[in-house]
Amino acid sequence: MLTIKNLHASIEGTPILRGINLEVKAGEVHAIMGPNGSGKSTLASVLAGREEYEVTQGEVTFKGKNLLELSPEVRAREGVFLAFQYPVEIPGVSSTNFLRTAVNQVREYRGEAPLDAVKFLSLMKEKMKLVEIDQKLLSRALNEGFSGGEKKRNEIFQMAMLSPTLSILDETDSGLDIDALRVVSNGVNQLKSDENATIIVTHYQRLLDYIVPDFVHVLYNGRIVKSGNKELAMELEERGYDWIKEEIDSKATV
Amino acid sequence: MSTLIKQEILENLLSHTGSGFEKQRASAIDTLRSQGLPTNKSEEYKFTAITKKIEKGIENFEPAAAFTITSDQVKENVFEGFDGVILVFANGTYLPSLSSEIEGLEISHFSEKPELAIGSIAKPEKDPFCALNQSTFEEGLFIGVPKNTQFRKPVLLLNFYQANSGHVIQPRLWIEAGDFAEITFINHTVNLSSSPYLLNKVVEIKGGINSQIRYYRLQNDGENAIEISNLEADLHKDGKFTSVTISLSGDMVRNNLSINILGSNSEANMYGLYLLNGKTHVDNHTNVDHTVANSESNELYKGILADRSRGVFNGKIFVRQDAQKTNAFQQNNNILLSEDATINTKPQLEIWADDVKCSHGCTTGQLDEEALFYLQARGIAKDHAKGLLLYAFAGEVVDHITDESFRDYCIAQVHQRLGSNF
Repeated sequence: MLTIKNLHASIEGTPILRGINLEVKAGEVHAIMGPNGSGKSTLASVLAGREEYEVTQGEVTFKGKNLLELSPEVRAREGVFLAFQYPVEIPGVSSTNFLRTAVNQVREYRGEAPLDAVKFLSLMKEKMKLVEIDQKLLSRALNEGFSGGEKKRNEIFQMAMLSPTLSILDETDSGLDIDALRVVSNGVNQLKSDENATIIVTHYQRLLDYIVPDFVHVLYNGRIVKSGNKELAMELEERGYDWIKEEIDSKATV
Repeated sequence: MSTLIKQEILENLLSHTGSGFEKQRASAIDTLRSQGLPTNKSEEYKFTAITKKIEKGIENFEPAAAFTITSDQVKENVFEGFDGVILVFANGTYLPSLSSEIEGLEISHFSEKPELAIGSIAKPEKDPFCALNQSTFEEGLFIGVPKNTQFRKPVLLLNFYQANSGHVIQPRLWIEAGDFAEITFINHTVNLSSSPYLLNKVVEIKGGINSQIRYYRLQNDGENAIEISNLEADLHKDGKFTSVTISLSGDMVRNNLSINILGSNSEANMYGLYLLNGKTHVDNHTNVDHTVANSESNELYKGILADRSRGVFNGKIFVRQDAQKTNAFQQNNNILLSEDATINTKPQLEIWADDVKCSHGCTTGQLDEEALFYLQARGIAKDHAKGLLLYAFAGEVVDHITDESFRDYCIAQVHQRLGSNF
């Protein structure tokens, strides 16, 4: 589904990603872990098409297409979904209106008829249950005045509404209390299928107790330096990241 | 001081003076002769070189004549779903035959009311264009809402303009709401020619005790039109006045809006939206004067500027020594969509009372890129996402229009603008 080859990206001339290689197949859950500043969020942003990052080398193919050539909206319509680390508050734009526009523009791209108000509302009701989100929240302006937990729930709710093939969760667990974490991961788990894939970007192992990854990759200094299964995440939780840093840094000096 | 205006043009214009109100005209002429029209050295017109614009665009300063329009033209220009009464004007001249038959309002020409104290609210010495209108206007219209009349239907002031190059149109209104009266006005403009002309309008509003007046206007002038408006309201005890000004086009527009709070517990609301493109220049100067205790003013002006357009906002708030417990709020927010667009914004608060709540703020920025990316990342096309964000910004002003048909019309106009030219 997704193939990343030797991806280099920089922001304002500073290289952040220095050669990422990753293969994600349908049905898989990949966790990308790593210390702060290792480039985790940059990777998520580059995949979603954030313009501040300049891809200097490498390629990314998504369902056979050159992802890097596509605008952010076309990536979304093709099925890439980024759950933001910091969802943006947008005063004056109602959540419902925004979602209906998004859902229908995605449907139009996929050659599906737009949803009328009634069908849209029933879809919304169905998906709201998934993340236990209150209808009152959705009658407000998008994310405006939402608590941290509500914002993250709203991200997963939007994910459910747009049914993406590749979901990238950027630090979705940060700032969540245990109940919200459970609700959010429960939502993600229910949306998982053999046809879609999930990339979880996180600093902590905690979320991976709820969403079990098939693969765990450690990102350090803009490269994936270690890959394994969920045992690796447990080890990182226990031992921290220093042993990996030391391992890599000592190799570098040799 | 503009020499051109002092010598030939002014004298030419003064030779076309209408009749009646000789005393008021004479004092305005004196003011005008001694002050001239503003230059870029005049503090109040520092960013708006309107006299220069007039000298370039207006050749001979002849008053534009009234002209005939058809009832079909009137119908075509009324908003869908509008349920109210219509007063039709051609180049500022009231046309009763095309207007609604109105019960419950007093409508008279100024010439029928020689005792009217014109110039007592919008004083000629405050603004040279106000003086110009007072010295040379031809006829004005008095609209009175009798005491205790809640005039539920909105009154549409439908203004048709058809001018040749060099024409001057100087409408003048006096609106008076008696004690406990209530009324809503919608001022709408239809341009039938694209020649440059000067529209110099004065509206004086007198609100009685506990009266409520709403005055909405949409400025959709021709691309060569120069418009100056002086709108000034006197507010008495428990009175409420709300102004919404939406400016979309024109060559150069200058709005002077002043509200004098003369009675306690009264409320002044001023809302404005300017969506500008091309080389349009819109200048809003507002002024609210709290002279007595326990009153409130709310002000929100928002602008979106594209291309080489220019916006000016100057908001004065005076809180006099006796005006304790005043609440005065002012906000001006701008989005610049082009590097060549300019905004000059200046809040000006002068407070002599010591127990007041006043706040002001202004922001100028670009479209929020992070919000734009967020919407795109959900599959919404960039242009559409921009439109959504800009409308969200502008909608806060439009929402203050209570008449549904006019609000819908404004929303459609704003959408059209945000979708096409930005």
